[in-house]
Amino acid sequence: MGSIKDKIAIVGMGCSKFGERWGMGAGDLVIESAYEAFEDAGVGPEDIEACWVGQMYAPVNGLGGSTIADTLKLRNIPIIRNENWCTAGHIALIEAALAVASGVYDVVMAIGVEKLKDTGYPGLGTGRGMNPVYEARRTAPGSFGLIATSYFEKYGLSMEEGKEIIGKIAVKNHRNGSMSPKAHFRNTITLEKVMNAPIIAYPLGLFDCCGNSDGSACAIITRADMAKNFREDPIYMKGFGISMDAVLPHTRPGFDWTSFEALKNSSRQAYEMAGIKKPREEIDLAEVHDCFSITELAIYEDFGFSSRGRAREDIDSGFFELEGGLPVNSDGGLKCFGHPVGASGLRMTYEIYKQLQYKADLPERQIKNVHRGLSHTFGGPPQLSAVGVFGNEKG
Amino acid sequence: MIGITSFGAYIPMYRLSRDTIAKAWGRGSLKGERSVANNDEDTLTMAVEAGSDCLKDFDRQKVDGLFFATTNAPYKEKLSAGLAATVLDFRENAATADFANSLRAGTAALRAAIDGVKAGSGENYLVVTSDCRLASPRSDQEQLFGDGSAAVMVGADKVIASIETSISMNKEIVDVWRNDDDRFVRMGEGRFVVNEGYMATMKEVISRALIQSKMEASHITKLVIPSPDFRSSTALAKKLGFDVASQLQGSLLDSVGHCGAAHPFLLLVSALEEAKPGDTILMASYGDGADAFVLKVTEEIETLKGGRGVKGHLESKKALSYYDKMLSFRGILEAAGGEPFRLFPSAAAYWRDQDSILKCYGSKCKECGRTQFPIQRICSECRSKDAYELVRYSHKQGKVFTFTRDQLAGRSDDPVVVQTVFETEDGARFYLMMTDCDPEKVKVGLPVEFTFRRIYEGANFHNYFWKCRPLRNGGANHG
Repeated sequence: MGSIKDKIAIVGMGCSKFGERWGMGAGDLVIESAYEAFEDAGVGPEDIEACWVGQMYAPVNGLGGSTIADTLKLRNIPIIRNENWCTAGHIALIEAALAVASGVYDVVMAIGVEKLKDTGYPGLGTGRGMNPVYEARRTAPGSFGLIATSYFEKYGLSMEEGKEIIGKIAVKNHRNGSMSPKAHFRNTITLEKVMNAPIIAYPLGLFDCCGNSDGSACAIITRADMAKNFREDPIYMKGFGISMDAVLPHTRPGFDWTSFEALKNSSRQAYEMAGIKKPREEIDLAEVHDCFSITELAIYEDFGFSSRGRAREDIDSGFFELEGGLPVNSDGGLKCFGHPVGASGLRMTYEIYKQLQYKADLPERQIKNVHRGLSHTFGGPPQLSAVGVFGNEKG
Repeated sequence: MIGITSFGAYIPMYRLSRDTIAKAWGRGSLKGERSVANNDEDTLTMAVEAGSDCLKDFDRQKVDGLFFATTNAPYKEKLSAGLAATVLDFRENAATADFANSLRAGTAALRAAIDGVKAGSGENYLVVTSDCRLASPRSDQEQLFGDGSAAVMVGADKVIASIETSISMNKEIVDVWRNDDDRFVRMGEGRFVVNEGYMATMKEVISRALIQSKMEASHITKLVIPSPDFRSSTALAKKLGFDVASQLQGSLLDSVGHCGAAHPFLLLVSALEEAKPGDTILMASYGDGADAFVLKVTEEIETLKGGRGVKGHLESKKALSYYDKMLSFRGILEAAGGEPFRLFPSAAAYWRDQDSILKCYGSKCKECGRTQFPIQRICSECRSKDAYELVRYSHKQGKVFTFTRDQLAGRSDDPVVVQTVFETEDGARFYLMMTDCDPEKVKVGLPVEFTFRRIYEGANFHNYFWKCRPLRNGGANHG
């Protein structure tokens, strides 16, 4: 397998304000993120040769590439929609990067958008599976609650102990989110509040679950050798990984529900392309898929940020805090931004892009001395993981 | 010799105290408790339970027919017996028929089964009776009725109770009825219903059965008769010269309630559970006339392995604390709707996948032995294509591997869904909702078994599928 390392660069990005944007349609969110990205890259819609869009909900959010074409008046170019659960935004970005790396296009756009608040219900809904009978009552919290139960059982943690460990992840992300102007939730929370919150899907409580919001994020991508024509500080893609497990975890024989092949494989692919051998040391910041606090913990271990079964020690020592050895979800993560499904992968990449340019929207959130950043989404039952690794210089 | 070769029963887990019902209406209580089918149960699902209980170690391929009897079939037009026969994994050429519309539907089905064996049309017929009748809120019947199911296998091999006499009487009377658009059972004036209906007809049919079998009341070990209230069967037995204390089979009204067309069979199963070789049982059922049977218990009863039967299911119960829940479970009171469904149910897909959905078949790879549910054409372990055999799981047990108590997934009258991943002994994994459980007591490692339930009404039909439940105590769930 080849590598994308230093073949493409992101030269502009935009991200809408995330939240309950009752007054804004999917198109308005697209305009918000796309025009910020155009301005950031110094291009206009007429410069875009092809577009990849990450969008999950049809038809309420539009079908095919129509949301983007109709809104931005992108005429006579391919607009390719990706619907791969929570990883849709990441995969749109990776597809766009591959298209540029192939030499077919020079300037392309990857955009993610979701208008969850038009669906008429809170959360992502019941019947989140693929089969109307076997998974008639599956919900997102219900699927991820299964991971927490298994993790606590495997490592002999009481409900109290387990909840406290994952609760600290929620507290950390809320602290970061409080410094993030575009986040949906900007409040800090205490561990006590997390522990006493109503249960959503045992053992996950309210603050173990990410919010539900509207949002969009966009990236303008070009060939690495052309990047400096657009800006002085392009961000280079160093590697990516996408991995899909076969067989729904719920019915997969032997599956232990604490570690995921998709997480391990996608990170391994991305590390190999990026030449990363010791992720814990070599990655300076990461935006990972904290749809539920337990998910972030599982990612620490499967991504090699923590040793197997010992994420707790790193959580307790503050290793993933903004000031720690490897800050994770420095913008507040899904926990504070909410999870407009198709937009999330690009929103996370936006944070990495800004941090690597030393342009975090609030200076108190800027991480010092950053070279390598990773963004990641994890989707489906869960079954699918997508990772991107980025750097602020070639090599 | 033709007769009963096996029996089984099912009583739902939930029992509602009659005091609770009475209190809701500020009226008198009939005392005791009644069974209440859970919100995912109906006469069909209960029939599958009783049928499975009856099948025990019986070879399902040897069943030649299934007769389903109820006054409340889940479909007004569409065969329930055929659905039950599919779920129970009977042969495709098994005869199937529904018997309906009368409290005598069960005994009518029994007569048909006897005739089928007698005529040589088949060797083994499963008669499954099941009922879940709706009574008007606040009525006596609301307290009196119960939900339950009972099944008997009729055949000529290894008969445990031979049918010696079988008679039927038709009597036209409007005493207990439902018009085609009625939800609740209607009843005429009490004294007319009891005296001219039940008492007069039952007295006559039992007397005729005794005469036909050349017996006196004293020759009968157990008189098995359903009672329309707490008094009438006792009065009738006395009038016919039976000794109530020793000869009259307990009515089950105290603990279960009157289970409609299934009730004579629940009582018969109770009697057979206590029966000894040589006993004589007189069973009669009432409804627009009456049917009566005299049965002789044989030595074979001692070799029959017991399922849960009535006894096991009586012991295993859970109190339903609120009257309103019973109304909501039956759709009489419409509780706030839960989350609407996001998936697209399809009658075609449901039909196509019935081996897994209805029969609970998984696949076992012929190359590497990996078992999996639902059926996988390509093995998840070794990728062998279309090299599998079918394995039926419905009668097997497993243990909870992981679970969650999902507060978002349920109905508003039953908000917590215990989503369960469980593993069977051969390593197959199932993702099922857990039912009839105390959600707070669910743990990793908890032993569970399969139970067939109504999941929801997707695409305007009843979508049935399997759930799991903690093992019900009171005997093993036999296949």
